[in-house]
Amino acid sequence: MPDRIVILGGGTGGTIAANRLRRSLPEGRADIVVVDRDDAHVYQPGLLFVPFGMAAPSRLVRSRARQLLRGVELVRHAVDAVDLGAGTVALDDGSTLGYDVLVVATGAALLFEETEGLTGPGWRRTVHTFYDMEGAAALAGALARFDAGHLVVDVVDMPIKCPVAPLEFLFLADWWLQRRGVRDRVRLTFATPLDGAFTKAVCNRELSGLLAKKGIEVVTELNTATVDGESGRLISYDGREVPFDLAVVVPLHGGASYVARSPGLGDPLGFVPTDPATLQSRAHPNVFVIGDAADLAASKAGSVAHFEGEIVAHNIVRLLAGEPLDARFDGHANCFIESGFGKALLIDFNDEVEPVPGHFPGPVGLPLLRESRLNHMGKLAFEQLYWHALLPGRSIPGVPSHMPTAGKRLAAAALAAGS
Amino acid sequence: MPVMTLAGTDVDVDAEGFLTDASQWTEGVAAEIARAEGIDELTDRHWLVVQVMRREFADKGTGPAVRALGKISGVGIAELYQLFPKGPAKMAAKIAGIPKPRGCI
Ligand SMILES: Cc1cc2nc3c(=O)[nH]c(=O)nc-3n(C[C@H](O)[C@H](O)[C@H](O)COP(=O)(O)OP(=O)(O)OC[C@H]3O[C@@H](n4cnc5c(N)ncnc54)[C@H](O)[C@@H]3O)c2cc1C
Repeated sequence: MPDRIVILGGGTGGTIAANRLRRSLPEGRADIVVVDRDDAHVYQPGLLFVPFGMAAPSRLVRSRARQLLRGVELVRHAVDAVDLGAGTVALDDGSTLGYDVLVVATGAALLFEETEGLTGPGWRRTVHTFYDMEGAAALAGALARFDAGHLVVDVVDMPIKCPVAPLEFLFLADWWLQRRGVRDRVRLTFATPLDGAFTKAVCNRELSGLLAKKGIEVVTELNTATVDGESGRLISYDGREVPFDLAVVVPLHGGASYVARSPGLGDPLGFVPTDPATLQSRAHPNVFVIGDAADLAASKAGSVAHFEGEIVAHNIVRLLAGEPLDARFDGHANCFIESGFGKALLIDFNDEVEPVPGHFPGPVGLPLLRESRLNHMGKLAFEQLYWHALLPGRSIPGVPSHMPTAGKRLAAAALAAGS
Repeated sequence: MPVMTLAGTDVDVDAEGFLTDASQWTEGVAAEIARAEGIDELTDRHWLVVQVMRREFADKGTGPAVRALGKISGVGIAELYQLFPKGPAKMAAKIAGIPKPRGCI
């Protein structure tokens, strides 16, 4: 009897895990089943460009089934709950699916309702988001009409997917408003719960400098309690108010809602407690986690899911063979930061090493933590890599799962820590 | 790394005054950091939150952000702000003797 591996979620992480496992395990050895509620795989990094008319929504969506290798089954249902003791998954049609190994890859959910007023009066008129397709498309309409006033990008609380995306949005807005000749009539503000544009010292300095250069104001340590779209105000828990004409809000994130209905699986936010090295869940040895669904300190990013893929697949093969898990994830993340005017920065880091200047993946590679045209080309090329290398579960030549140190000016971080 | 003497104990702190070694923490250290932050007396509700911060740090290697702290501790966000007016996640972490929550990347 082949073992059955059930993967919950057919997004970035679930697709990568399924394809890597299919290549590692012959069909007689394991059945691989992916469960997702729909067949629309969205290239989420592309959402950033939709509000500026730089990407057409329909171009960012492909069939989930077609991203899965032959020999991987896609079950199109929503997950209702997991029973860890019985080793079964209940689906929304009342059926159940038994598993020998479970992979949780259901990502992060956007919890708009958790913030008072966010979806109240003004929603989709003066209050928008670009974190989902519907929101990004609606924001494109609102931006096209926006030619004067105060535009505020507000992050409700961490953690969020792709923590640099709100900054990228502001950099692009600055460029796009200039191109339309109305930048001088628009005030741009970034409101963040953090005490800087970014928490890591070297990167914070670079990004803060860029924000200042572009005339983008920053309001720090703002924890949004209420969004009042009617009067155009963000109100924080400590009583501060930020007025706006157009608010672009990144809502609170949590795990998928079925996690709360699955005793023992998740934490109070619905993320799944996970061993940061082996990517095995803390809930049960047969359960692994990949991508945004994990409670890890690592970034919630597609690049992270990609690097985790190799670790998860390797460790599941070991588990099925009765061998100890020996692959260890280091928190490696790699993000292009679009900065407008056809340029971008690149950061590469892990749990131990913060983003520093230098080159990636080695001394003659792309410049790190510095604006360049090459990085912008890299950001655009990432879309093709996503569909044709990441999702099929291939390693990208020269880009290892563990963070490379060659080419990095690591002394910069040490200096920053001492300063 | 600067060293500070709090409640008779030498503790290592970072540039912002967060302990860099959570094992050097004592309740006396907590009370003294709290006073310096403008909290004259730590109530049972403060201690509840401080305990949650230390437990989360031991489990996950970082303290939680505000919403998560609210859900995990069962103390509402509005009350967290009454208890720690300068920002619960940061202030409670400092008093709990753990590093500043990463909350980010
Ligand atoms: C605006 C934006 C910009 C971004 N930019 C970048 C970037 O530049 N670089 C980068 O690396 N990352 C970026 N990201 C982040 C990246 O897209 C995510 O981190 C990545 O997709 C996470 O993969 P995942 O598999 O964990 O979750 P997802 O890809 O979101 O997949 C989760 C899947 O689970 C399914 N699911 C959820 N609940 C259920 C249920 N109950 N039943 C059945 N199925 C369910 C969903 O339908 C979905 O398909 C960005 C994200 C956003 C929103």
